[in-house]
Amino acid sequence: MASEHTAKAFDSDLQELTRLVAEMGGLAERMITESVDALIRRDIALGKRVVASDANIDRLQHLIEERAVLTIARRQPMAVDLREIVGAMRVATDLERIGDLAKNMGKRVAALENDFQPLKLIRGLEHMTDLVQSQVKSVLDAYAAHDLPAAMAVWKGDEEVDAICTSLFRELLTYMMEDPRNISFCIHLMFCAKNIERIGDHATNIAETVFYMIEGQQMLDKRPKGDMTTFATTVPGN
Amino acid sequence: MNNFSVSVSSSTGSVPPVAMPDAPAKVTARGLNFYYGEHHALKNINLVLGANRVTAFIGPSGCGKSTLLRIFNRMYDLYPDQKATGQLMLDQTNVLDPKLDLNLLRARVGMVFQKPTPFPMTIYENIAFGIRLYEKISKSEMDGRVEKALRGGALWNEVKDKLNASGLSLSGGQQQRLCIARTVAVRPEVILFDEPCSALDPISTAKIEELIQELAEDYTIAIVTHNMQQAARVSDKTAFMYLGELIEFDDTNKIFTSPSDRRTQDYITGRFG
Repeated sequence: MASEHTAKAFDSDLQELTRLVAEMGGLAERMITESVDALIRRDIALGKRVVASDANIDRLQHLIEERAVLTIARRQPMAVDLREIVGAMRVATDLERIGDLAKNMGKRVAALENDFQPLKLIRGLEHMTDLVQSQVKSVLDAYAAHDLPAAMAVWKGDEEVDAICTSLFRELLTYMMEDPRNISFCIHLMFCAKNIERIGDHATNIAETVFYMIEGQQMLDKRPKGDMTTFATTVPGN
Repeated sequence: MNNFSVSVSSSTGSVPPVAMPDAPAKVTARGLNFYYGEHHALKNINLVLGANRVTAFIGPSGCGKSTLLRIFNRMYDLYPDQKATGQLMLDQTNVLDPKLDLNLLRARVGMVFQKPTPFPMTIYENIAFGIRLYEKISKSEMDGRVEKALRGGALWNEVKDKLNASGLSLSGGQQQRLCIARTVAVRPEVILFDEPCSALDPISTAKIEELIQELAEDYTIAIVTHNMQQAARVSDKTAFMYLGELIEFDDTNKIFTSPSDRRTQDYITGRFG
């Protein structure tokens, strides 16, 4: 960060915004972990807690927007300060969406009453969650530290998550073809995998915001994409 | 991990000595220096004011922005011991040429000051006075010119029924617009504004800002302002000056969202000193 403002209160306004985003990020990270834990352990109570904690994330997002708008009105920020505030608002929007996706997974726990527990699938989901979890953590650290290389590493690193999602999708298709009784479970699990993949996308959005905050320009490059579920099919008898 | 590449140009890098605007050049300064006696107030200024563009000059007090403006119409000639060196061109005219007719120069380069300075005469005469210095025209022609100038100053509707009232009877904002109308009346090519709104209320300020943007259709405009938001609102290009040097000169949008120089950034974000 640049040196202090002549108006010291402006600095504390900006610090408070960054602190609120960090708090929101911590909540979002915990919601991801807990929602996937609840899913794997079929812990309906934990699932419900995740659903309930989404309200906290929403509340923080409103607070951040309110503070940001007030700061813009009071200080008429320019250049790096303006980008800092716009950045905080954008990151808060992404974190709010991450909260929604985790909440959605929390809701699905109750629906997974099936005894069917394909260990390989669960491991795949866990692995994917670990990757996304570390992406979210890294990008929030990069945001707090204004660390461009770290943000860009997250931006580039989403491809693997996409690839795992695609392979999970193929695998789930085969389970569903084997036994129609698996379909309900598999579809729920597929939605969860997709949710985690979407969380990864939000992490890359945040990385792009960090780029904007530091460089003052929008990223023009296309991100490498590995999610092929849109095109994945199984040919009967294959 | 660090070998990422992105297809945007780096925001850092040296500022070119003369940043060329996309409009044709109206005023061109090359290696311009200015001295108040021994004091070297402007150091090697290179810049181009684009025709029909609004160029804002910002910087802390004493950075030389008003001094630069005063060179554009040779205001400094009124004072001994002040001298400019280097080159300053208004189209093909060398502004620094000692043989230059200053009255003609100041007809081409008008100026509006911080405090409204109406003459102690009627509104009509405030406008007609300047025109008579340069032209001999009939009464009816003069009426037309006065109306046109007052319309140009966005004042006509407010004063058309009291053209014989004293210019001093107007409000501060109206007086300032009268001064703008007076400047416009002699059909200049360039208009210099030296903090034109610093003594005005927000509504008058908004009116003048709107007027400046309209005036840019016909004139080349340079404005010195301490109000950064004003510079961001009205100008196409912004020059940041510090300690007599031109630090950064670029598109206004760029200066206020992502300036290249650290000093510019510190100044516009209120971190200076």
